Amino acid sequence: MAKKRVMVIGGGLAGLAAAMKLAELGIPVDLMSLTPVKRSHSVCAQGGINSVSDLTRQEGDDESKHFDDTVYGGDFLQHQPPVKEMTLWGPKIIDLMDRLGVPFNRTAEGYLDRRRFGGTLYKRTAFSGATTGQQLLYALDEQVRRWESAGLVTKYEYWDFLGPVLDESGVCRGCVGQDLVTMEIRTFPADAVIVASGGSGLLFGRSTMSMVCTGSAVSRCFQRGAKYGNPEFVQVHPTAIPGADKLRLMSESARGEGGRVWVPRTPQDPRDPKTIPESERYYFLEERYPKYGNLVPRDIATREIFDICVNEGLSVEKDRQCVYLDLTHISRRELDRKLAGILEIYEKFQGVDPRDVPMKIFPAVHYVMGGLWVDYQRTTAGGLNIDSPRTHVTNIPGLYAIGECDYQYHGANRLGANSLLSCIFSGLIVAPAIKSLLDSQKGPEPSSLLYESARREHQSLHDGLLGRRGGKENPYLIHQELGDVMTRAATVVRRNAQLATALEKVNELSERAQNCSLSDTGNWTNQNVVFTKALLDMFPLAKSILMGALARDESRGAHFKPDFSMPDLKATEPGERRREAEKWCDWFQENTRQWLRSTIATWNGKNPDLTYEAVDTSLIPPRPRLYGLAGAQIIDEVWRQRSQAQANAATNPAMAGTAAAS
Amino acid sequence: MADHSAKSSNGHPQDFEVRILRQDGPGQGSYWESHRVAYEPDMNVISALQRIAAQARTVDGKGVAPVAWECNCLEEVCGACTMVINGRVRQSCSALIDRLLADHPGEIVLEPMNKFPVLRDLVVERSRLFRALKRVKAWIPVDGYYELGRGDKQSQAEQEVAYPLSQCMSCGCCLEACPQYAKIEVSPLSGESSEALQQRRDAEFDRGFVGAHAISQAMLFNAHPTGRMNASERLDTLMDEGGLQICGNAQNCVAVCPKQIPLTTSIARAGRATTLRLFQRWFDC
Ligand SMILES: Cc1cc2nc3c(=O)[nH]c(=O)nc-3n(C[C@H](O)[C@H](O)[C@H](O)COP(=O)(O)OP(=O)(O)OC[C@H]3O[C@@H](n4cnc5c(N)ncnc54)[C@H](O)[C@@H]3O)c2cc1C
Ligand code: SF4
Ligand code: SF4
Ligand code: FES
Repeated sequence: MAKKRVMVIGGGLAGLAAAMKLAELGIPVDLMSLTPVKRSHSVCAQGGINSVSDLTRQEGDDESKHFDDTVYGGDFLQHQPPVKEMTLWGPKIIDLMDRLGVPFNRTAEGYLDRRRFGGTLYKRTAFSGATTGQQLLYALDEQVRRWESAGLVTKYEYWDFLGPVLDESGVCRGCVGQDLVTMEIRTFPADAVIVASGGSGLLFGRSTMSMVCTGSAVSRCFQRGAKYGNPEFVQVHPTAIPGADKLRLMSESARGEGGRVWVPRTPQDPRDPKTIPESERYYFLEERYPKYGNLVPRDIATREIFDICVNEGLSVEKDRQCVYLDLTHISRRELDRKLAGILEIYEKFQGVDPRDVPMKIFPAVHYVMGGLWVDYQRTTAGGLNIDSPRTHVTNIPGLYAIGECDYQYHGANRLGANSLLSCIFSGLIVAPAIKSLLDSQKGPEPSSLLYESARREHQSLHDGLLGRRGGKENPYLIHQELGDVMTRAATVVRRNAQLATALEKVNELSERAQNCSLSDTGNWTNQNVVFTKALLDMFPLAKSILMGALARDESRGAHFKPDFSMPDLKATEPGERRREAEKWCDWFQENTRQWLRSTIATWNGKNPDLTYEAVDTSLIPPRPRLYGLAGAQIIDEVWRQRSQAQANAATNPAMAGTAAAS
Repeated sequence: MADHSAKSSNGHPQDFEVRILRQDGPGQGSYWESHRVAYEPDMNVISALQRIAAQARTVDGKGVAPVAWECNCLEEVCGACTMVINGRVRQSCSALIDRLLADHPGEIVLEPMNKFPVLRDLVVERSRLFRALKRVKAWIPVDGYYELGRGDKQSQAEQEVAYPLSQCMSCGCCLEACPQYAKIEVSPLSGESSEALQQRRDAEFDRGFVGAHAISQAMLFNAHPTGRMNASERLDTLMDEGGLQICGNAQNCVAVCPKQIPLTTSIARAGRATTLRLFQRWFDC
């Protein structure tokens, strides 16, 4: 029997971590990517990567707090065992990356320096200037190159993954790929396929993501039967630089290093911002969230910035929405040492030095929490059984998903600097899982007919696209329209009427896209046909996002529906205010009962069908997620008392009546 | 040439022309083609190319296949989008239209890199660049990926030397500008498998100049506490055919590197280190 092989789709952090670990286990890997792996989107990550450190530990931090921050940040919508395991691995992963030569910033004594990120009170984030993703990716790229030299990894760069090959019993036996230069379509037999294809920001037209983040690989698995979890959860990052081709990110690390967000109290104050006195500046995040200040989680910061500009009319500029992100109070030397990478981006693209002048920023689509549904096996202690072949497998046996393209770790909202961690973590742990799978596989290899028919099917789709005559739709313009619709209906604020209209529009665009005619019908480096295929595959995901959002009548993390949110407390009289808080908690309990479940989309050939999955919240019980919002402390208090009463009731049933009455 | 005097009220042109050196495939002839793009604020060369792809029509109104080019990050960190713009090699994502038009009103000229074989239009074949990273063993030879404790302590000063070198994004600008870096184009023989072609190509690459980026990477890894453990292997490569001796110290490389990597400092350091290595080799034998 031929030696077992594994195909990895994508060479970002997740795919490279998986490839390198598989190679270490002696398993030969084929690695397919649209771009040379060193140019993967992960290079864009700026701010850093989280783990508990020796220092935060002495400030009272530990892995259970990192776990709690992640789950609270994600509004409890993620299964807890995988998150717990990830936070346990955090320190080990940073040690490993350090050993691999990542030039992390150092303290004066030579230890790894850390900064604070959103949604936590601890300085957990290790960083390498403001280009941490690039540095982490390069370290993994170097290791994979080492294995490539040793003959264990074979790269297929400039190849497009067209879909998995499934046998009669629905098991994944390899995949189909297309060479982007010669346009050759061929199949790759494999004993397991790992999809590590990253996010799908291009569904929204412009985002902070790179140009290959089309979601095509995920969609191609989805259309073959893989389940898609929590599609409606899309992160809009609070601070990006608006641009014609891309919304460039201004990392959370800018706030982690002391950057402050503000607007002039006078709408569109024409003065030079540096001359506006403190008393006339509205530091709205600091005022509204005294505990977390500028480092509230992203969904909250985004909604507040949006609210300040759209509802309160306090945008810095009249005909463009933006607020100030101010670093000018920090010394140049400090800024250059820790943030040079992002400040240069601002300088280069805006022509203004943010060391001297406050930056103008506005929210932008940034990350997808949703992704391919994947499995895990829980240990009794509530962690993961790493060697289980179920780790990170989709509902299609033999097909795995890791990195940004799985739905596993971030629930309804991702905390900053947790993605680089989940990408590397999932890449490292999928390798032993696959080893267990390969060790247990028996039975005959699939016949060559299976591969030949898969190849022929994709070849005829491709030839069909090239041969299409008479269509008049332009794929690039349809993409623009899709981006506009999605951005308008499915980002910061969501309303059912808008979502329903958007869904109709997307259905219509999807029909029209069937009539795209190609301006290039050749068979050599044809980017036109590759883009058109990716565009066609955006619709199943776009529909899932809209349908998931439409169906979810609540607000949770990044999914905000004002029509289904509990109003703020109004009363000022303490007794009345307490009663309101009680009501709020009743509502919260009922909402949790009804909505604390993951959306699971399944493709029925034309449209997504939605079902729901219970979430394992057995380790940390859900609680209201208010981040110390000024004026809402009473809710937390009421909730604490209720939980306490419940806990007492559980340990001492006789006391139950008294505790509830007090 | 078209009339470029038409300007909108805010002083910007209504449109501008982009002249592109196209080529349909390897070994085929190249030809110039002009496209007109409507001006929008905050454009860069990538957004102009996106408009050109959507139009797929030349200035003369002729329908053509969209121009092929490469890009990904759009923020000068992935290294994909290198091309020659108005005669200078650089990243096209950070080439802002306003600035290009200010320097050279009315027209922008795009050409593929000259030192790499053209695949199509502005897309070139740069695998030689990655091959060079293998030649100099640009990695840390760790024992493995199990838990083995933390890495070595490093001073801030050491980090501040390593970090800039580690930002090399393999864009190839330094190679395009280098007078000593000659193009290597290996064409497939009839009936040759892609593996056989790759082997032949790699053998050719391994005889050619490694280039400034790889020399600098070798110095990065030779300075690392663990990387240093194969310092002499890296130096031996730099002393072999296609190594450091090819460099004529013209310093063009450092002038064009978009990441401002101190390439000539690395080259000088490599020079000193290889000299020492030479003495060491004499004593060894
Ligand atoms: C601007 C920015 C800054 C960020 N900063 C941070 C940060 O500071 N900290 C943090 O934790 N997170 C950050 N993130 C998030 C983080 O960068 C990403 O979630 C992470 O890098 C994703 O890695 P990945 O390995 O899953 O995928 P990617 O790095 O996106 O790689 C995907 C791979 O799949 C390949 N691929 C895709 N489709 C196909 C196909 N059809 N066929 C073949 N190959 C395909 C691509 O070529 C690529 O190699 C940031 C994100 C952005 C946009
Ligand atoms: S210094 Fe050397 S590597 Fe740099 S351009 Fe000159 S010859 Fe080329
Ligand atoms: S050294 Fe500079 S110019 Fe050369 S490949 Fe690296 S980043 Fe590009
Ligand atoms: S697109 Fe990445 S460097 Fe220009």
